[in-house]
Amino acid sequence: MGMKDKLHQIKLKYQGKKMAPAFNAIHTFLYTPNETTHSGGHVRAVDDLKRTMNTVILALVPCLLFGIFNAGYQHYSAVNGFPTDFSVLEHFITWDNFWLGAITVLPLVIVSYGVGLAVEFVFAVIKGHEVEEGYLVTGMLVPLIVPIDTPLWMLAVAVIFGVVIGKEVFGGTGMNILNPALTIRAFLFFAYPTWMSGDKVWVHEGVARAGTADAISGETILGYLAQGNTSEFSYSLSDMFFGFIPGSVGETSTFLILLGGLFLIFTKIASWRIMVSAVAGSLAMGLIFNGIVDAGWIPEYSKFYGLMQFDFWKHLIVGGLAFGIVYMATDPVTGSQTNKGKWIYGFLIGFLSVMIRVFNPGYPEGVFLAILLMNVFAPTIDHYVVRGNVKGRMKRMKNATILPKPSDGKAEELKVETV
Amino acid sequence: MSKDIRIKKGLNINLVGAAEQTTSKAPSSNVYALNLGDFHGITPKMLLKQGAEVKAGEPLFYNKNNEDMLFVSPVSGELVEIVRGARRRILTIKILADKEQSYHLAQVADLNAMDGESIRKILLNSGCWPFIKQRPYDIVANPDATPKAIFISAYTTAPLAADADYVLKGKEAELQAAITALGKMTPGAIHVSVGNTSTSPFANINGITIHKVSGPHPAGLVGTQINKIDPVNKGEVVWTVAPQDLVIIGEYLLTGKFNAQRIVALSGSSVKTPKYYTTKIGAEISTFLYASGVNQDKFRLINGDVLTGSKTTPEGHLGFYNNTVTAIPEGDDYEFFGWNKPVFNKISSTRALTFSWMQPKKQYDLDTNTNGEHRAFVVTGRYEEVFPLDIYPLQLLKACMVKDLDEMEQLGMYEVAPEDFALTEFICISKQPHQQIIREGLDLMYQEIG
Repeated sequence: MGMKDKLHQIKLKYQGKKMAPAFNAIHTFLYTPNETTHSGGHVRAVDDLKRTMNTVILALVPCLLFGIFNAGYQHYSAVNGFPTDFSVLEHFITWDNFWLGAITVLPLVIVSYGVGLAVEFVFAVIKGHEVEEGYLVTGMLVPLIVPIDTPLWMLAVAVIFGVVIGKEVFGGTGMNILNPALTIRAFLFFAYPTWMSGDKVWVHEGVARAGTADAISGETILGYLAQGNTSEFSYSLSDMFFGFIPGSVGETSTFLILLGGLFLIFTKIASWRIMVSAVAGSLAMGLIFNGIVDAGWIPEYSKFYGLMQFDFWKHLIVGGLAFGIVYMATDPVTGSQTNKGKWIYGFLIGFLSVMIRVFNPGYPEGVFLAILLMNVFAPTIDHYVVRGNVKGRMKRMKNATILPKPSDGKAEELKVETV
Repeated sequence: MSKDIRIKKGLNINLVGAAEQTTSKAPSSNVYALNLGDFHGITPKMLLKQGAEVKAGEPLFYNKNNEDMLFVSPVSGELVEIVRGARRRILTIKILADKEQSYHLAQVADLNAMDGESIRKILLNSGCWPFIKQRPYDIVANPDATPKAIFISAYTTAPLAADADYVLKGKEAELQAAITALGKMTPGAIHVSVGNTSTSPFANINGITIHKVSGPHPAGLVGTQINKIDPVNKGEVVWTVAPQDLVIIGEYLLTGKFNAQRIVALSGSSVKTPKYYTTKIGAEISTFLYASGVNQDKFRLINGDVLTGSKTTPEGHLGFYNNTVTAIPEGDDYEFFGWNKPVFNKISSTRALTFSWMQPKKQYDLDTNTNGEHRAFVVTGRYEEVFPLDIYPLQLLKACMVKDLDEMEQLGMYEVAPEDFALTEFICISKQPHQQIIREGLDLMYQEIG
């Protein structure tokens, strides 16, 4: 008896039992279920939620791999000094970088998936429904948007909080209001601010070595600008674009994020409308700030000056903005659901991200707050878009031709022809 | 007058096993059956008892809510069984057919001299009325309402469905009679939609507005055409009639004979030689299924097309409204890592390691596997790509699920039938039963608002 039959036997045996959802989750992970259609259409397209989520994970893999190498690269560069004649093959894709990255990043991935899926399984068993696939993507996103040295227990606490409060209390995947990955990130940000911002956390061992003789400073470009520094920093434009800069694990390489975004658009998994309009929104806000600086409305000693004079388009290649636009804003559950709404929703995310980035005194990153804020407003946006459609229908109805009843309501005699 | 309708949104599902355009006469069936589930919105009251002899076209039962509305026997013979379900609800009426068929003939006056009211009575009493369906609610038309227009779709885009042009060939006289009669019952137009390259017999029919339709499925659905030509508003009623039913209506009006004969497409990849058969409403499907032969033991037999038909068995009977019978393989098997492997042999509306977008003309052999489990609605914006109606499909489905009547009304529930949601159901990643949700929503509305 093959594994297929064995699993089928177990499935039948435990059908309706308490632990069935947990078993089914593993079973359907190995095999697409043998479920056939019974109502409505008799054939179905091949895509299911697992395939959809799997595609997003595929789009995230390059960011994860890059994050692993970059973790090593940033650490060794901070310790030994940046290579003067940087070459990717010699200084970046090295065994040392990979090893250091792997032992710091992979535990984050394991804790994120382990804890998150455990919570999902518990809820599925308690509520007696199938384990849903939403966490497959969330679990991958979380390690990519946290600082490299985030203590694992902290991550575990945040994941429990995020999955329970961000998702399960609303009824699980598909019902949540806030993006679960960002809820986890927000929990970390507000609960453990010293671990999530500042100039110590972005490079491996930055916090551990703080105050010692061989301290590492791993400031991000945004952090540097937020301090009011306006002089050129040591990173070149290509460093920023390709991602050889400090930052959260997977968000530094705009290039790979761009590729991931194009892949998601090509596969039709994520909404291109949200991505395009979010880029437009961030450029618009960046241009406004640049305009304010050019007009001389803000003095150079202002604490906002550093970020305001930053070229508008460079906002897209530093910090988490690109990552947020491609992988977070496009979450179909928490985003706007109508196509028109997606344009508005995306634009405001871009617009507010850059605004918060400039005005947020504590932490010069705004994209996660902007997305969470717009998550809350997405249903409102949809409401007004749908009302537009309803209004059209009501207008049409005014001209409706309601015809009188032919028989004028009179009862007719029963006429059954005799046979 | 002609207006062209071009549909851009939609999806053609090309399946293996289209019926070859040759017609054979199906062996006559011993037992014919009327499935009362076909008549939505009707409460049947029997006129005959078990054991009674009937002629073809003789009333079997009437609608309790409108006692003029009679339902007649498709064949002559003995009423052998009335199958009842819970609370003695009548499910099926079975008639053991005579070898020599005899018809219940009626006197028919000159069509042109009659007014709408007398035609209405003739159709009600003849058993032809149930062929007329209405929107809102997608039920057998209420004779107490005057439709603002009548819609007929003579264009087939549903996968493997009978080709309207082919089955209507040579039926001009009957079609003309039916159209003339229907035209007297509405002050509005009779809109007939044909394919833009078709050679439809409707081309020479008087009293209709012809629309040339092009585009992928669901361009051929009457709901799509209503939405594009003259959408239904609250309080309005439109009627829809399937073209092959017009032939039966027309023949009755011309000859006084209820002839339940129909050309049926037997198609699908499980059929050895898919082709057309002449048979009658209610005939046992095995009579022509085994004449064509089947390819495997485990197949799904469908009364209708693969998107909207109902599940049946070889011992089942041809439905009242169906002119297609499809047999496709059952997909009750597991597939190892089926959810993340690249897929070449199934249709997808995405490009997530699926490749049907590369060969839009390729014919697929789909089975009945759902390719995934039921989930909550997650992905958005996908339904809109295959849903050409000016309606928000996801929002309407959700309104139906929470039984919000106001919202359903405002979002366009009066305009839709379950079949309009067949494609969104097909591509649904969450495997939600869209047609069932819409049907339940319509039933609730009919019950609450009427």
